[in-house]
Amino acid sequence: MELPLHVLIISSLIKILIVVHVLLIGVMAMILAERKVSGWIQDRHGPNRVGPWGILQPIADGIKFFLKEDLIPDHVDKPIYVLAPAILLVPALIICAVVPFGSSITVAGYEIPLQIADINIGILYVLAITSLGVYGVVLGAWASNNKYSLLGGLRSSAQMISYELTLGLAIIGVLMLSGSLSLREIAIAQGANIWNWNFLIHLPAFLAFTTAAFAETNRLPFDLAEAEQELVAGYHTEYSSMKFAMYFMAEYMNMIVGSAVAVTLFLGGWHLFGLENLGGPFWSGVISIAIFSAKTALFLFVFIWVRWTLPRFRYDQLMNLGWKFLLPVALTSIVVTAIVWIGTQSKLLVGVCNVVAASVVVAIVASTLAMRREPEQIERQEPSFMKGSSSGRT
Amino acid sequence: MLIDYLPILLLLVFAIGFAAINLALSHLLGPKKPTPSKLSVYESGVQPVGNARQRFTIRFDLIAMLFIIFDIEVVFLYPWAIVFKKFSESSGYFILIEMLVFIGILFLGYIYAWKKGGLTWD
Repeated sequence: MELPLHVLIISSLIKILIVVHVLLIGVMAMILAERKVSGWIQDRHGPNRVGPWGILQPIADGIKFFLKEDLIPDHVDKPIYVLAPAILLVPALIICAVVPFGSSITVAGYEIPLQIADINIGILYVLAITSLGVYGVVLGAWASNNKYSLLGGLRSSAQMISYELTLGLAIIGVLMLSGSLSLREIAIAQGANIWNWNFLIHLPAFLAFTTAAFAETNRLPFDLAEAEQELVAGYHTEYSSMKFAMYFMAEYMNMIVGSAVAVTLFLGGWHLFGLENLGGPFWSGVISIAIFSAKTALFLFVFIWVRWTLPRFRYDQLMNLGWKFLLPVALTSIVVTAIVWIGTQSKLLVGVCNVVAASVVVAIVASTLAMRREPEQIERQEPSFMKGSSSGRT
Repeated sequence: MLIDYLPILLLLVFAIGFAAINLALSHLLGPKKPTPSKLSVYESGVQPVGNARQRFTIRFDLIAMLFIIFDIEVVFLYPWAIVFKKFSESSGYFILIEMLVFIGILFLGYIYAWKKGGLTWD
């Protein structure tokens, strides 16, 4: 399994080049897909002028970004203002290092794992690098010296750190039954049998993880950081040309890598009914990449679908969801998994008990919140602005 | 096992280079026609009022503190989760009870923060 040093370096460089390009093309494809799917959902065409089926639209956008004026306003903190997009983009790029995008491929007699770096702390690396992304947002917002940016940055950072807890807790149940932090070993532990995949065993944790992943990427039900109606563009209000595009790219890369991590942790990685074992040592690797990409694409479609279906949360609803629902659900999932596994050693029972326990927790929290709400609602029955606006209009 | 991290170092160099090239290219290619209104603070077209470096609500600070407390406790769960399956075969209920005590304390802290209104945003 140990590769000689020169083979390691050359194969790593090739993998890095391929993965980074796939990510960049993935970002372009996502931008096009997002606009096409939103068009489809809203019963209109979406981009269809640049190239056949609008397929060159992202490239045209990219060139436009480069040719726009690179404006640095007078009032900003110049060094941090320039560096902040890079501070966000670099972590977004390097997270993908530990994601196993396929089993392994045999080239020239060397068995090369389809992963840039198989480090034994895999998932901790993902969590650590994800947290670094918050700095890009906060520093950019602070350096912009703009009220919209500051508010957007504060909202975004509070939201990201709140949901990071859920992200961290939801994974623990998976780690307990896999016994490893390495993403490759977690994927292998799930195997080809769909009943062994973690999203069935840890369904509440999977839903909590997915929700937290949406919040981490500042996507629509959670995009309070850049709520257009109140904050213009949020933390990147003062950014233009390529610096704005870098924020944009980082967001889409985080989405792609987040989906890839979710597929690895919960949806069986590159496994699918044993299809990944067809063919020889070369073709099985290629097939596993195809399976992994298909699953990631499916997950990304859900990202887009949710964005164009759900309206935006209010900030207190966002914090309630994160701290009062997802956190206890993730915590309960750990306890239930531990107790049921020690008692019965049965993954089926763990799955069933997890769902039951999560439903109970959600019911308890919801009833607690409902009891607290009542006096508030009586107070707010007749908001004063209603009278003002109705008389103003007539 | 430090050699495992070599590809990550290569990727880091690559990522920093990519970011730097992006910043440099747009700096070189874009036109430069600054005007006073372009360079001023954007406040939806209204004359900017005051500085943006103002006080903000204490809630954000509170969330950050709660995050640090809980995140550190989550970190302690990771080593336990890794050895859980192996230990549960040999020592059985010991590892379970040990963790239940820890999560119990964590949960008490959580309830306390909730009752004190630390998790309520209004």
